Order: sequence, then C-alpha cells, then structure tokens
Amino acid sequence: MYDAPKLERNVDDRTIKFSARNVHVFYGETEAIKGVDVDILDNTVTAFIGPSGCGKSTFLRCLNRMNDTIDICRVTGDIRLDGHDIYDRSVDPVQLRAKVGMVFQKPNPFPKSIYDNVAYGPRIHGLARTRADLDAIVEQSLRRAALWDEAKDRLDQPGTGLSGGQQQRLCIARAVATSPEVLLMDEPCSALDPIATAQVEELIDELRQDYSVVIVTHSMQQAARVSQKTAFFHLGHLVEFGDTGQIFTNPHDERTESYITGRIG
Amino acid sequence: MTDLSANSAPLGAAQRNHLRRRNRHQLMLQGFGIAAISFAALMLFILVSSLVGTGYKAFTQTHIQVEVFVDPEEVSVEKLPRGGFRDVLQASLQAQLPEVSERADLRRLEGLFSNGAQFRLRDMIVADPSLIGQTVTLRVPMSDPFDQLAKGLVKRDTPEAQRRVTDQEIAWFDRLDQAGMITQPLNWGLLTNADSRFPELAGLKGALVGSFWALLVCFLISFPLGIGAAIYLEEFAPKNRWSDLIEVNINNLAAVPSVVFGLLALAVFIGWFGLPRSAPLVGGMTLALMTMPTIIIATRAALKAVPPSIREAALGVGASKHQVVFGHVLPLAMPGILTGTIIGLAQALGETAPLLLIGMNAFITSAPGSPLDSATALPTQIFIWADSPERGFVSRTSAAILVLLTFLITMNAIAIYLRSKFERKW
Ligand SMILES: Nc1ncnc2c1ncn2[C@@H]1O[C@H](COP(=O)(O)OP(=O)(O)OP(=O)(O)O)[C@@H](O)[C@H]1O
Ligand SMILES: [Mg+2]
Repeated sequence: MYDAPKLERNVDDRTIKFSARNVHVFYGETEAIKGVDVDILDNTVTAFIGPSGCGKSTFLRCLNRMNDTIDICRVTGDIRLDGHDIYDRSVDPVQLRAKVGMVFQKPNPFPKSIYDNVAYGPRIHGLARTRADLDAIVEQSLRRAALWDEAKDRLDQPGTGLSGGQQQRLCIARAVATSPEVLLMDEPCSALDPIATAQVEELIDELRQDYSVVIVTHSMQQAARVSQKTAFFHLGHLVEFGDTGQIFTNPHDERTESYITGRIG
Repeated sequence: MTDLSANSAPLGAAQRNHLRRRNRHQLMLQGFGIAAISFAALMLFILVSSLVGTGYKAFTQTHIQVEVFVDPEEVSVEKLPRGGFRDVLQASLQAQLPEVSERADLRRLEGLFSNGAQFRLRDMIVADPSLIGQTVTLRVPMSDPFDQLAKGLVKRDTPEAQRRVTDQEIAWFDRLDQAGMITQPLNWGLLTNADSRFPELAGLKGALVGSFWALLVCFLISFPLGIGAAIYLEEFAPKNRWSDLIEVNINNLAAVPSVVFGLLALAVFIGWFGLPRSAPLVGGMTLALMTMPTIIIATRAALKAVPPSIREAALGVGASKHQVVFGHVLPLAMPGILTGTIIGLAQALGETAPLLLIGMNAFITSAPGSPLDSATALPTQIFIWADSPERGFVSRTSAAILVLLTFLITMNAIAIYLRSKFERKW
C-alpha cells in the first residue's frame, strides 16, 4: 500500500489528513519510533493499539509537535498535514496545535472556571471578537462535548470541581473550542468509569462528523467500537494498519494476531 | 492487625521476631523525634522567657509629673528658643522639696529629670509662646537611675557607695512618689523615639524606619530579579553544562556567610559606586544579594511543583511557551514564591553582620527620612544597645529583641497562612 506509485497516492490525498513517511523518533540515543509510514483520513476515527512502551504516545505527539517540548527528543522523516510539512521551518508549532487538538490520558482542566477553561483557546488565538462570540463558542463546544446540560448553570465554578468523566469531557470541549481539524486523544478513557467511558465513546463517534480523530487505547473493545481504521504498533514499528474490522477479524501479521488474542502485551 | 492473625496461619518464630524488631525500630524513631522536638521547644522556651524576664521592664517607663511655672524672667518671648528651661524645671521640683537650697543639691535634684525634659518643655513653649507666665503640667521621663530605682533594679539595701543613687536622692524620690507625681505608664517612647545616649529616651523608631527602608529596597531588587532568574533557569534555559554550573553557584551563594556580602557591598556599593555609608539603600542592596538566592531557589521549587499536566494542557490548545509560563505556571506557583520571599525577607530582617560592615551601626538620633539618610536597622540597634554600658540599655536590648522577634514571627505566620490558604490538591 505504501509502495504505491506517486500518482495513485495523489488521488487519495483528497481525504488524507495526515500522511507520515519514514518517521523516526529518538529520545537521546534510544530510538522509540523506527520508521513509521501511515495515512490518517479525514472524518475517520483511527485507533493506535499496541503493548505498553511501543511508541503509540510518542508517535501521536509527533502529530502536533508536542515532542518539541522534550529537550532530548528528535524527530526525523516527513509528516504532512493537508500536504504541508508540519516540521517545516515556516510552521509555528503553536498555530499547529490550535489546528491539531489534543486530549490527554488524565483529565487536566486548568484550575479556573469551566467557562475560562473552554474560552482559553479561542482567547489566545483571537477567535472571538466580542464577548457574545466567545459565549457562543463556549456553549457550542460544551454542547459538542455533551457537557452543556450539566455545566450550563455552573460555568463560573472551577473546572477542577467536576467529576472525572465530566472533567475529561471538559478537556474535550476545550480542545474543540479552537475548531481543530484533527483531534488527538491519548487513552482518554483510562481514568474513567464505564459509564463515563461510554459517554466519551459516543462523543468520539459524533466528533467524527467534523474532525479526523486519532485515539490511543489499550482496550481492544474500545478500538473495535469507535474506530474505522486501526494501527498496531510493536517495539517502535507500525506492524499493521488497516480497516478495524479486518485487523480484528483477519490480521495479516502474526504479531497482531497474538496481541489481539492476548498472547503478547 | 486482628484480621491478619485471624485469617492467616500463625506467624512463624522468625517472622514474629522480625515484626517485633520492626516495631521496636519504629518506636525508637518516634521517641527520637519527640525528644528532638521537646529539646527544641525547651530551648525556645528558655530563650523567650529570659528575654521577657529582662525585657518586660523596658515596656514601661517611669515618668514624673510636675507643675511648671514658666517664669517670664527665665524664659522670654524674644529669646526663644533659648531660655532657662532647666532652671524653670528645677524650680518646679524645689517647690515640692523646699528644704533643698544648696547649689550642688539643686543640680542633683535636676538630675531626677531625664535630660530630654528641658527640650520637651522648650518645644511646648516654642509651639505656644502664650504659655509664658503660666503654670503648665508636664509629664516627662525620669532619668535612668531613678527609672531603675522605681523598677526595683537598683536595690535600696545595697551600700550607698555602690549605688547609683544616694540615700538623699532616694528620700526625694519617695517624697515625690508619695505626692503622687511618679507614674509608670506604657513606654511608647520605645517605639516612637529615635536612638539616644540616655536610655530613658532611647527608642527604636530610627531602627524600625531604617529596617523598613532596607527591606523595601531589598524586596524591590531581589523579588523581580529572583523571580526572573528562576523563571529563566527553570523554564527557558537550555539544560547543559552552563546551566548546571549556574545552578551550583546559586546554591553556593545561598550558603555564603553573610559577612562576605557585607565586605562585597563595602567594596562595590560604597567604594566604587560612592553610595553613602550607613544608608538603608546600601543596606537593602546588600541584603538583596543574600535574599536573591533564597528567592531563586524557592521560586524554582514552586515552579517545579506545578504539575506537568497543566503545562501540557496549555501547550495542547496552542499556548506559546510564554503564555504557558505567565498565564498558568506562574500564578499557580505564586503562593510558593511568596512564601519563599517572605521567609527570605524575614532572614534579611534579622541579618546583622553585613549591616555592621556598611556602617549601619552608627549612632543616629533621628529617624531616616529617606533610604539615603544614615540609619540603623533593628538587629544593628540591638547590637549597639547590647554594647552600651548604661544599665537601662540591658532591659531595652531584650525589649528590642522581642520587637524583632515579633516581626519575624508575624512574617513567618503570614508565610504559613499563605501556604495553607493556597495549597492545592491536584
Ligand atoms: N520523555 C521521554 N524520555 C525518554 N524516553 C521516553 C520518553 N517518553 C517515552 N520514552 C520511551 O519511548 C518509548 C515509547 O514510549 P511511549 O510513551 O510512546 O509508549 P506508549 O506506547 O505510549 O506506552 P503506553 O501504552 O504505556 O502509554 C518507551 O520505551 C519509553 O521509555
Ligand atoms: Mg502512552
């Protein structure tokens, strides 16, 4: 698939959001990602699965250049968003991160009010010209994150006072408030109970209408439930990438099969 | 414990021994801790009680109240502010003790008054010359020997030759006391007077104002510089050999004996820059040198304590490094920074050696009007008083230490309050 001639790939470009080629990531001397090629499609949920320490988070963090904040981290290869190299000199990582939002494993709302949490991104990027604009963005984002009904009466209360599941949805609202094109989620449900997890999963499915979503998860069931594409990482390699149905029912690589059936991990 | 023994098999002998040894170690450790704390508390108690024991007498001051007839022959409008104020005062006492008439005795009678009494009277008359020819009521401090006598620090049963007051003077004192002229009100002069050679007039105002200016200068220099340096080192500086070197140096700087900073200040601020000696400005700059490492270290610790998840969250929505630091990390670190700053300033307030070197132990009888005037500071004032031979300064030294301790405790209490108020659970 990746060796396809250039011509064919260009045809696919219409729906490809991210395309990564020959990506290597080093932490100092150790190589955490060893040559990954992958295409992430628009309006699709892509799941990254694999055993702990295989480099899922590392690769995910390459996509919005969060790795830049780690001194010893070095990224080589080619990662393009809509055909533009995101590691190009001319690209400002700060602007990139407004376009490629991120939700973290542990809910991490700012110790500010719910309103200010959501409004923070639009404020620093100057997305709202008036207070009414900002109010509208906040409401819309909270609705997107299915938190509006619970939060609308307590917008001025601290975001840290919400329950864990609500906090995570607040973080999602905060991420979508900057109208990103891609949403990266690193194990967004690992700190949540099953009910909150179900809510967030439902949310992810809805977000797919507007965004390309990449989700790292340790739960096979979750990957199977929410994603259309699945990528299996192992020891820094992208072992297999394809339709979720195919990966879970008919994996081509035996490592994928062992992992899915629970023999490695 | 009960659950354990009920549900599991009985412990083997070796395990029991092990457990007993572990419990014994824990008990020993606890006992040691309690002993250490008790020892510290005992020492603190001894310190404070000895200070209070000697110092409390300085919180009152023996005053004498006299009816003074401002004799126009001695004091005239034309010659103000000169005039025979001493004679006028003397006459007021003579009215009470008519039998005293010898010149030498009259001199000694005058000695009951503090040396400042005549100036108090003079200021009163200068302010309102219409008092000339009238009788005014004046309450003025008594001189140190009689203050000591009133407080029982001069014993009446010591032989006269070894006493600072003669039997005759004691007799005068008692007569005046019986006439209800002698009182012992709270000694506000301790806080509102500047320094003086006469213990009964000496106060801490100059030292308090001097310390205030010095601390203000110290704060204005060390707070912004310290925070700036800490933010740069912690958030922006590349981690390499240079930053390691700087880090080691800052930690060392915090441990440099303060007298060294005093020498440095003497050479640089006074020697090269030509700033005035004994000035709180220079004192504050010197103290800033010492406070800055403390603030840097406290600020860096506070910045480090802000959880990385907050930084990631802000970076994740596209905040720049600058916005992350100033919008999120710094506000969250502020309580810790303030705590460190207050503790640093409290240290600076008690610092003596560097101030001695830059001459803040001069004898200055007026409070400084600006940071450029000569002044003393609280600890150097204590040093001066402790060094003075007059008996009255013994209790005043202790009282001054108590005042200093009060400020220190207040500052530390504020630090603790801030810390507990803003403490966050993540
Ligand atoms: N900041 C870092 N500094 C050095 N090495 C790192 C750093 N972050 C990750 N690594 C290393 O990179 C490799 C991949 O880590 P990564 O966090 O991407 O794994 P992961 O697949 O997300 O694992 P998990 O499922 O446990 O989250 C690991 O071997 C890890 O030790
Ligand atoms: Mg991870």
